[in-house]
Amino acid sequence: MNIQDRVIAIISREQRLEPGVVKPQSTFAELGIDSLDGINILFALEQEFKIQIPDSIAQNMRSVSQVVEALTRVIEGKDIADLVALVRGTDPAPTT
Amino acid sequence: MPGERRVVITGLGVFASTGKNADTFFGNLLQARSAVRRISQWDPSSLSVQIAAEVADYNPIDYFPRKRLDLLDRFTQFGLLAAREALAASGIQFTEEERPRFGVVMGTGLGGAVTFDNSYHSLYAKGETRLPPFTIPKAMYNAVTAQISMEFGAQGPALAVSTACSSSTHAIGEAFHMIKYGTADIILAGGSDAPITYGTLRSWESVRVLAPGNGDPSRACRPFSADREGMVIGEGAAVLLLEEYEHARRRGAQIYAELTGYGMSSDAGHITQPSVMGPARAIRMALDEAGVNPEEVDYINAHGTGTRLNDVIETQVIKEVFKSHARHVAISSTKSMHGHAMGATGALELTAAAMAIGHEAMPPTANYAQPDPECDLDYVPNQAREQTVHVAMSNSFAFGGLNAVLLVRRLD
Repeated sequence: MNIQDRVIAIISREQRLEPGVVKPQSTFAELGIDSLDGINILFALEQEFKIQIPDSIAQNMRSVSQVVEALTRVIEGKDIADLVALVRGTDPAPTT
Repeated sequence: MPGERRVVITGLGVFASTGKNADTFFGNLLQARSAVRRISQWDPSSLSVQIAAEVADYNPIDYFPRKRLDLLDRFTQFGLLAAREALAASGIQFTEEERPRFGVVMGTGLGGAVTFDNSYHSLYAKGETRLPPFTIPKAMYNAVTAQISMEFGAQGPALAVSTACSSSTHAIGEAFHMIKYGTADIILAGGSDAPITYGTLRSWESVRVLAPGNGDPSRACRPFSADREGMVIGEGAAVLLLEEYEHARRRGAQIYAELTGYGMSSDAGHITQPSVMGPARAIRMALDEAGVNPEEVDYINAHGTGTRLNDVIETQVIKEVFKSHARHVAISSTKSMHGHAMGATGALELTAAAMAIGHEAMPPTANYAQPDPECDLDYVPNQAREQTVHVAMSNSFAFGGLNAVLLVRRLD
């Protein structure tokens, strides 16, 4: 399974949703995922992928695709500053 | 000045070892059927005491969707189930305007004990370093109050009370006063606890007050009997719907009993050893509020834990307050059957007292075998007694010396 499939499987499991309900383009709002559910899902993802998702990202996840992108970057060890800025709705800090 | 507001019980709900609804619960008490048995939720083989009054054959998925269960500790599940029955039994319907006058007050001694126990096992035994995010909202002591208010849209006063074995007696008393003094019109009040965990049982084991229950576990708890061996831990919940009298009358509600007196006190003495004068003050306070003379009390549902210290002191307390009437009042300990359900026990016992009024029958003290010279009152041994009950009292005397007493009256 690729990262996206694994993320969808975990969201489905934690939300007790039937297979096929969670899609790559689903937003948390559409899936009925509230702030507490969101934290629970991130915890499950961290356990599954054995990673730490920074709080700044964790608090701002709003959709499946955002989660997949953030996870991919964290797993690949890439910089996520622009993603943090994106989910916060601000411009990324200027790079020097 | 308007007349004093009166408070009546218009709904009862029980989810406990001796019955998963109020009628079964009370029916079993009248039959002197004890629910004490070997613990089945986990393997108790390593414990010196392996018995409890468990809610048997319980599968939470029969009552709650999986997603919701993720947030419900066992004690919250029990509380919700008892609240559902109390509300349904009352037949009450709410308008939106009434919701801010509808409250919830629940007692619990140990809160989310199962969740705490599992969490600590993960950390200390399994070596985990992180816990699931639902741990706090599941384990917190006010979870049951919050979940009940959420499920039924109760937007009024909401409170969690924790005074060990007196928790739900205090909770019902506080709710009684909220209605009496105009803070709310309707309150779901009671208590719930699910303390049968490895950690909690080990903690109680070391206090050396638990009955071992060798042989027949159902006979383990023998309050006021000379051959008593101690108390038995129980679990469950009881919730009562308390309602302002005129409100209940207007809608033609069935009234089980009127709540008329609430007394409380602190021994301010010893952390575990009970006193005579502390509980006596609480009883007198309840009698004073109700305007009832001691001679008018027909039935006392005793704290009656089945420990020597409690049973002898409680007998002295009753003699101190009731004087010569102490020999005429019927006293029983239903803990002999539903065990000591901690923060739920007072609500279970007040429910038994209220149902004794409605059914004109007093539940017995089960397993009574031998008269004790130091406990020489009428403990309604082993057989229910058919008798009209006009005024009943329920005692809770907690560890910490925190005492609470409630009085209910038959409404003719």
